[in-house]
Amino acid sequence: MTDSKVALISQFFAAMPHFKALGMELGQIGDGKADISMAYDERFIGDPETGVISGGAVSALMDTSSGAAVMCHPTGTMGTATLDLRIEYMRPATPGQRITARAECYHVTRSVAFVRATATDEDTTRPVATATGTFTIQREKGVLK
Amino acid sequence: MSRRPEPVQVIKQRRDAALNSLVHGVPYISFLGVTFDRRGDELTAVLPFDEKLIGNQMLPAIHGGVTAAFLEITAVIGLSWQMLWNDIENGEVDEMALPRMPKTIDFTVDYLRSGLPRDAYARARVNRSGRRYASVHVEAWQDNRQRLFAQATGHFLMPQRGE
Repeated sequence: MTDSKVALISQFFAAMPHFKALGMELGQIGDGKADISMAYDERFIGDPETGVISGGAVSALMDTSSGAAVMCHPTGTMGTATLDLRIEYMRPATPGQRITARAECYHVTRSVAFVRATATDEDTTRPVATATGTFTIQREKGVLK
Repeated sequence: MSRRPEPVQVIKQRRDAALNSLVHGVPYISFLGVTFDRRGDELTAVLPFDEKLIGNQMLPAIHGGVTAAFLEITAVIGLSWQMLWNDIENGEVDEMALPRMPKTIDFTVDYLRSGLPRDAYARARVNRSGRRYASVHVEAWQDNRQRLFAQATGHFLMPQRGE
């Protein structure tokens, strides 16, 4: 991926209001791949008894990293929107730990992108959640015939 | 011997108190600004528009993750509410010690149109609720009840009594 594309994508997310509201950080990005993480924050707790982060906040992280992976795809994407997102919650994220979602856009057609993502906390051997999604693709004119 | 029905205000107060402690116990619900309107046992979740909910600055549109979170909150609260309803009606709910919430197993969101920069509403329907598992469907709309902008289905693990 070119430096200018990396810079463009970084700028895009840095300016996104909800990305900032959840304190998300863009990690490594490459062709069709993106990592986005989120620090533990008491405002995002979903289960007050255990202090576990809300599934909704994990969903937002998954959706964002998946969208980023679509934008990072080498075939050139102007913009994307979620069509469908399915999330499976395997275990509660450990309170106090940062959550990272790694997404991979593994196939694209002219107008659809297929993505899968995995979220982990600091124990990267046991995923917290996995996601599969389909996204729309708005192409630049003439980029992909 | 017949008992006189309780005064309406007493019933409403008890229902609203139970709903309040259910909703206000969850920090993330307050963070997104979601509130619940109650009419009898029917709940409508309300997500007032806020700048921080935007995911696409160009359109602008609500972040897909916000939509997913809003629908999931609606499903979890709707399911908890249905679970508690009989106890609330019998006056057996201790607002300070509400039972544990159901846990999401999976959640699938169908995005039908982009979320506009206005308030959004959602209602959950519990399609099945067993001792261990539940299946819940949620519909969300903005200006027109008939024009959904998203819907979702999820499976939940029910809290076990005494757990």
